[in-house]
Amino acid sequence: MEAVELEKTFEPKIVGFLCKWCSYAGADLAGTSRMKYPPNLNAMRVNCSGRIDPSFVLRALASGADGVLIAGCHPGDCHYTNGNLKTLRRFRLLQRMLDQFGIERERVRLEWISASEGEKYARVVRGMTEGIRSLGPLNWKTTMEVVA
Amino acid sequence: MNIKEIVEKTGKRSDIVFAADHKYLCSEPGQALIKDSIRQHKLDAIVVAACSPAMHEATFKTLAQLSGLNKYNCEIANIREQSSWVHDDPHKATAKAHIIVSEAIEKVKLNEPLQPITVPVTRKVLVIGGGIAGIRASLDVANAGYQVYLVEKSGSIGGRMAQLSETFPTLDCATCILGPLMVEVYRHPNIKLLRLSKVEEVRGYIGNFKVKVRQEPEYVDVAKCNACGECAKVCPAEVPNEFDFGLTWRKTIYTPFAQAVPPAYVLDAKNCLGLLPQACGECQKACDQLGTACMNLDAWPRTHELEVGAIIVSTGYELYDATKLTEYGYGTYPDVMTSIEFERMLSASGPTLGEIKRPSDGRVPREIVFVQCAGQREPETALPYCSKICCMYTARHAMMFKEKVPDGQTYVFYMDIRAGGKGYEEFVKRCQEERGLLYLRGRVAKVYEENGKLIVKGVDTISGKRVQINADLVVLAVGMIPSAGSKELASTLKASLDANGFFSEAHPKLRPLESPTAGIYLAGAGQSPKDIPETVAQASGAASKALDLLSSPTLEREPTVAQVLETCSGCGICIPVCPYDALSLNANTNLAEVSEALCEGCGTCVASCPSSSLSLRNLTDQQMLAMIEAIVA
Repeated sequence: MEAVELEKTFEPKIVGFLCKWCSYAGADLAGTSRMKYPPNLNAMRVNCSGRIDPSFVLRALASGADGVLIAGCHPGDCHYTNGNLKTLRRFRLLQRMLDQFGIERERVRLEWISASEGEKYARVVRGMTEGIRSLGPLNWKTTMEVVA
Repeated sequence: MNIKEIVEKTGKRSDIVFAADHKYLCSEPGQALIKDSIRQHKLDAIVVAACSPAMHEATFKTLAQLSGLNKYNCEIANIREQSSWVHDDPHKATAKAHIIVSEAIEKVKLNEPLQPITVPVTRKVLVIGGGIAGIRASLDVANAGYQVYLVEKSGSIGGRMAQLSETFPTLDCATCILGPLMVEVYRHPNIKLLRLSKVEEVRGYIGNFKVKVRQEPEYVDVAKCNACGECAKVCPAEVPNEFDFGLTWRKTIYTPFAQAVPPAYVLDAKNCLGLLPQACGECQKACDQLGTACMNLDAWPRTHELEVGAIIVSTGYELYDATKLTEYGYGTYPDVMTSIEFERMLSASGPTLGEIKRPSDGRVPREIVFVQCAGQREPETALPYCSKICCMYTARHAMMFKEKVPDGQTYVFYMDIRAGGKGYEEFVKRCQEERGLLYLRGRVAKVYEENGKLIVKGVDTISGKRVQINADLVVLAVGMIPSAGSKELASTLKASLDANGFFSEAHPKLRPLESPTAGIYLAGAGQSPKDIPETVAQASGAASKALDLLSSPTLEREPTVAQVLETCSGCGICIPVCPYDALSLNANTNLAEVSEALCEGCGTCVASCPSSSLSLRNLTDQQMLAMIEAIVA
């Protein structure tokens, strides 16, 4: 009974890193098109997804986030030539690290969202929110405190 | 959302001196409020919670500067596109907006005041695409006194407009308008025309682009060729002429069309009997005999390395492939044609010298059906959008048909008439009334052939009846699609495309002539379907935007670049990571250093540094972590 209640009331906290040229502009398009998506993801605007140090993701999870989205330009479309490909490589390594920490891979996603893909942005946020809602809270912060 | 609540909560923070709301912060009174508060409360940083930074970040930063702050001590909290416009629940939207504001506050607290970096501007412009848009833009820039490089992929400039017979609504002959402009481009001392060329690589940034243009081998020397045509006479190879959409044939050494600019022959290397190794060489022999000696079959491709300050993209459009619309039988029945093919037939220089004849048997058609919106406004199966020009040219086509075949009958299937231009509605009405054109509101379901006639089955939704027309000729108004190669070019330019593959503008109303990538301007149908008046207006607009950039010898660049911190050990990991070669190891200290003129501020090096010894100004690791904390707190 309690678990069901929790599932209903649990609102995932998601941190989003969006590159300003593609994905943030895509999110803007979702906004101007008045597409609806859940308010669980708070976005940060960075110049390039290549700016995202994997440690930011870990820090976000350690500080209480239940999931993290990194979104950049499609391969070949990076405003800075290939920053997104560097992100991809770092992301693959990060995924392995998440496995070692016992964190479900679904909690951290890398998506390519272009400036014209407002609809995709809304879909990704919806999908992530629902996916993480069904996974339940990460509670890494409290877990770590207990271990410490 | 509840703005009052956000203002109250924000105002209670210990780091906030003053919080207020205003309905329109970007208006004069709104800006005055910001300016007065900065002065009155001696603020050292401001956060503007409003729309996306893509909209008015520059406005508010300039305001901050004018009010005595450094402009980098201003941050935008986007509570509109990121919250109020996308969330249904006002309470949740308010809570999220509060987090967005907190995030911006945490960031601005750690921003350092910066001064813009001044760099010189290369006062030259590259124009990509030599249709009417590229021609107009090139002439405008060149007339203002600046050097233009006009890159055209085909053998001649002129583009689509050169293929048109007349233009609506004035029925001016298209070539009579375009021809003199093409000649003007060719003769202009400030325009260098590169035909058979393609932009291969673009490096650099606004004000200082370095561009590599590949020019296919020019087997014919433009300066020497006098277009006598002796080479074509002896050429044994014939292929369908793309200028007439295959309704005529041409040799593999040919002139694209009568008014081609540059006025020189083109060798179609793909269809020539053989160049490597040479198989025929008759053209060169004929040319050499005349003594003009303008041919060189051993020519090589060339690469031009250009330096320009601005780039104008005028790549134009192509037509949707009508064979995909199987219900109309295009490609199966020769007498089903597209509008542009019909256009060529109307042209006095076209395949039939202006006479209207059925491609199948050469007879003059009596009953003709025009299908508007063919494969357009069909999000499920074909193009979702309206190409804007088809209602107009179809009226013109139907009218010209009646002019040439007075006893013929026209049927136009339409969904609705979109004639929203100066004199357009009057033109369509005049065509309909004076020429007795029959307009049927509805779609065509099927076209098939029976006893030498094309049976057109459709519906007239006004009478509510199904109709069948036994036609001699069917003309499909297919839609405009972006030119082939737009995607590749967009990726070379780092400019973005919209969902339909057209070049995106930075903002439809604030910056309609600019790509989101600084220094790249847009003109013509490569940006969206448009008619000639609009294209020309946009081209002049894009040219004036480029001229605005060129009007100053220097340009201010964002100083939010990478910096090396004291802890650098000189490991060099960051150096190959930089896409701009902005990082290097100092020869004396053996530590990394950043060239501020080259750094674009992407921050990829910062994320790669194993000892956190690189930092991105005003988006430091500390700031990132502070923002993360603001979100998850």
